[in-house]
Amino acid sequence: MVDEPVADEPRAGSAVANETTSGGLTRDDVAEVASLALLELTDAELDEFTGQLGAVLAHAKDIEALDVSEVAPTHHPFPLANVFRDDVVETTDVHDAALGMAPEAEDGQFRVPPALGEEP
Amino acid sequence: MSSTTTAVEIADAVQAGTTSASDVLETHLARIAEREGDIHAFNTVTADQARKQAASIDERVAAGEDVGPLAGVPIALKDNMCTSGIATTCSSKMLEGWEPPYDATVVERLAAAGAISVGKTNLDEFAMGSSTENSAFGVTHNPLDLERVPGGSSGGSAAAVAAGFAPLAIGSDTGGSIRQPAALCGVVGVKPSYGTVSRYGLIAFASSLDQIGPFSTTVTDSALLFQTMAGHDPRDSTSIPQPAPDVMSGLDNGVAGMRVGVITELMGEGELTGFEPEVIAQTRAAADALAAAGATVDEVSVPSTIFGLSAYYQIAPAEASSNLARYDGVRYGHREDGGANTAAMMRASRTAGFGPEVKRRIMLGTYALSAGYFDAFYGKAQRVRTLIINDFAAAYENFDVLLSPTSPCVAFPIGAKSDPLTMYLNDTCTIPSNLSGQPAISVPFGTGADDLPVGVQVLAPMLGEAAMFTVARALEVAASQNTGETS
Repeated sequence: MVDEPVADEPRAGSAVANETTSGGLTRDDVAEVASLALLELTDAELDEFTGQLGAVLAHAKDIEALDVSEVAPTHHPFPLANVFRDDVVETTDVHDAALGMAPEAEDGQFRVPPALGEEP
Repeated sequence: MSSTTTAVEIADAVQAGTTSASDVLETHLARIAEREGDIHAFNTVTADQARKQAASIDERVAAGEDVGPLAGVPIALKDNMCTSGIATTCSSKMLEGWEPPYDATVVERLAAAGAISVGKTNLDEFAMGSSTENSAFGVTHNPLDLERVPGGSSGGSAAAVAAGFAPLAIGSDTGGSIRQPAALCGVVGVKPSYGTVSRYGLIAFASSLDQIGPFSTTVTDSALLFQTMAGHDPRDSTSIPQPAPDVMSGLDNGVAGMRVGVITELMGEGELTGFEPEVIAQTRAAADALAAAGATVDEVSVPSTIFGLSAYYQIAPAEASSNLARYDGVRYGHREDGGANTAAMMRASRTAGFGPEVKRRIMLGTYALSAGYFDAFYGKAQRVRTLIINDFAAAYENFDVLLSPTSPCVAFPIGAKSDPLTMYLNDTCTIPSNLSGQPAISVPFGTGADDLPVGVQVLAPMLGEAAMFTVARALEVAASQNTGETS
């Protein structure tokens, strides 16, 4: 499904969605968001998602007109406080189980390709 | 054993020794063998483990033990609940074949109550959808009409109960994902109050909205299952530190003297449109039935419910984009080979592992949370969430429970709603309860277009499950009288 990833290098001026149905969302916006979310999109996906996501944002225009400046935001259904357990030492032996699920592990650690540069 | 045998009847018979858990299980496994090929309710059927569990229950009954309130009752688990050593996929390529190292709290509690898990049910990938068409492993078909969707995202659980594969199932409900498929499959489905059922071991979608709840064929079975699962769990910091409420003893108290409000905005006559006339007619008939049973019924306006969908599609994707950031190919889940460095590997893994709907939600959420848009989208949605909570509080000053349709439509044909926004509109009536955290139940009440079932939703204030179940039970009795069944 990856024919030509473009998320990192959005092409300016191509197929910008209609502003009236897109909630102001452009193809470049979607490319930028995909890049932030570590997703690669093909040209076709970029076009499709721009229209679809724009339609959802356009629908959300109905709350844009509401004046809620005096209303406090709700982050959660009820007020959350820190929850502490008693400070008792417990034995947890999950090291092998956790590493056992990893795509690649070595010497008791998760193994990934080089963080800097490229694989030799 | 008839296909209508309830969980309560099975548990009583197994505990009394008049039937065995193994016989009950084989009856249900035979039904699965017969129809699962057409329906695809399950990602995994765990027949071997279930047989061992049933044999153990039978031994304990023979030894005179009390094996619990769900003795020998088969149950289907949505495939986003962790089961130790049993694949838990969220119907995503990202988690295909992943076996969690631990059980979710609900899974532990169900086993301790004597229930027998028969398998993991299909869902929209990561519980994002309203039709179970978004599964990476294929569509689930509605047992009542195989050409139609079962609803979603817990469509596999709803279909499993509707097909008689298990008398009970559990699902998760973030915007209607239990109640809407229950309505479309003609079964009972419950979203409990946020914090009553532990989310430990439930794979997170939107953490301030997600809640686990029951499916069943009867209101009594759902009440029993809820009571069995609920209660404080120290492993979930959002779990309310109270024991499970008693919702069983008052189930048959009736509705005489209760005040029932029909939500004006959700009856298809205002700004929210697209409701099928038969669905509205059945909801009005349900209100009339409650009035005939002695309740005081009136219309009540909950004005900001019309903004629920817009607020939800900022808040839920925002939380999802954060929760799903953990899937990066490093610690568990899919890793795409060939990345030249860590960042490339992560991008390739996420691109290959997630399906289109999950990508859409992650991108919506990333956009809503991004610099310059946060206040306009996510911040505003959180303030609208407060408006909805305030409006419900005002309504509950004058009413004990509220009533609305569960879904604006009956089960629709597979492939009929390919546009994402059109699909999202299915959740108009269910989303407000997730934003408020309050409980709601869908009860089958008559039929609509093409003779397909209609679900009526009963909403209640926070921790108001007892009243909610009592009203739902009264609706169930009224519905059975309309069709001449006994209940």
